[in-house]
Amino acid sequence: MANILIIAIGAILINNFVLSRFLGLCPFVGVSKKTETAIGMGMAVIFVMTLASAVTWTIWAFFLSPGESNLFWIIARALGSGAEAHAFDLRYLNTIAFILVIASLVQFVELVLKKMSPALYESLGIFLPLITTNCAILGVAELNTMTLDYNFIESLVHGISAGIGFTLALIMMSGIRERLEFAPVPKLMRGLPIAFIIAGLMSMAFLGFSGLKF
Amino acid sequence: MSKNNLFKDFSKGILIENPVLVLGLGLCPALAVTSSAVNGLGMGVAATFVLLMSNIIVSLIKPLVPPKIRIPIFILVIATFVTIVKLVMAAYTPALSEALGIFIPLIVVNCMILGRAEAFASKHGPLRSTADALGMGLGFSLTLVLLGAFRELIGEGSIFGHNLMGSSYQPALLMILPPGAFLSLGMMVALSRWILEKTTPKGGEC
Repeated sequence: MANILIIAIGAILINNFVLSRFLGLCPFVGVSKKTETAIGMGMAVIFVMTLASAVTWTIWAFFLSPGESNLFWIIARALGSGAEAHAFDLRYLNTIAFILVIASLVQFVELVLKKMSPALYESLGIFLPLITTNCAILGVAELNTMTLDYNFIESLVHGISAGIGFTLALIMMSGIRERLEFAPVPKLMRGLPIAFIIAGLMSMAFLGFSGLKF
Repeated sequence: MSKNNLFKDFSKGILIENPVLVLGLGLCPALAVTSSAVNGLGMGVAATFVLLMSNIIVSLIKPLVPPKIRIPIFILVIATFVTIVKLVMAAYTPALSEALGIFIPLIVVNCMILGRAEAFASKHGPLRSTADALGMGLGFSLTLVLLGAFRELIGEGSIFGHNLMGSSYQPALLMILPPGAFLSLGMMVALSRWILEKTTPKGGEC
């Protein structure tokens, strides 16, 4: 249980996906001009990320990893092949498998959003199809499996909290940028540069969380 | 005329339409791996290779691709080349592969590569797509190397591992940490705008 809490706090605050792992920066800069759209985008990301964590972990554990639970091996054994369990090591295919699953998931979310809330669909514009290329989603899948080697529950919690961390940073950013509209920013710094400077300052503040110890 | 066009396709990626500084694409690797110049160069070369190969393939297969499912097909093409790069890097440059970590598989979702496939290669022939990919890749790599060199210089006092600041220099560790990445990229974007403004004649088309 404590383990789960540490993963959650770690993904939201200490290793915040945007401010410390640098994942999902395109939507972070692109959709953070208004708080409303930021919330919509954040919710979409949390939803897709949680689903993607669950699905990619399942594929990793039952199709790609070698071992007793590899479905390909089970089928091969049932068919009478004498191949050993570790022969079915398909882990090198993880990037291709994950991106395909994520792309279909995003398509699904897009369809749902188009039906349920056309206004939100309009305002998210180009970034909804591009949620597929949101590196935070593929990033969480890769981290869950290749890098951190989490089990199913841990992956799920990591997915949800990474999404929450992303949304937190996105909403804070959009709040600041709404006020920035009225600030006398030098002409060269308007838009992208000042957004990076703000993100830098936020990241500096989040660096303070790395002192958290359990 | 066509030669001129090719050169234009190539050169626009370096500054006028620099993917990172002007278009704001491929920001994640640009910020994440540039804690040193070597890492920046490695990421730049890897992304350029994937961009070049996927641009060529996409421009060749574009008559066969049904428009409705073009994005998944483009992504699959890109993912194939990324897997090749990932395996080659793990075999021949293990240290670099370790340093870049998950950002090698994440080249798949680099907005720059899908963006070029969608916006350029799916509309033009293989020759122009190659020029476009090389230009964009060069612009991306240059940006990453410059950013990495700057951060390494301030944060460790060296560039490409060569100490330049002398032993008495106290490195500002912040520049290697995440905040330094955001701050230096912000400054670089502003600087590139300033240069663009100076070099383009007033009132002229760009």
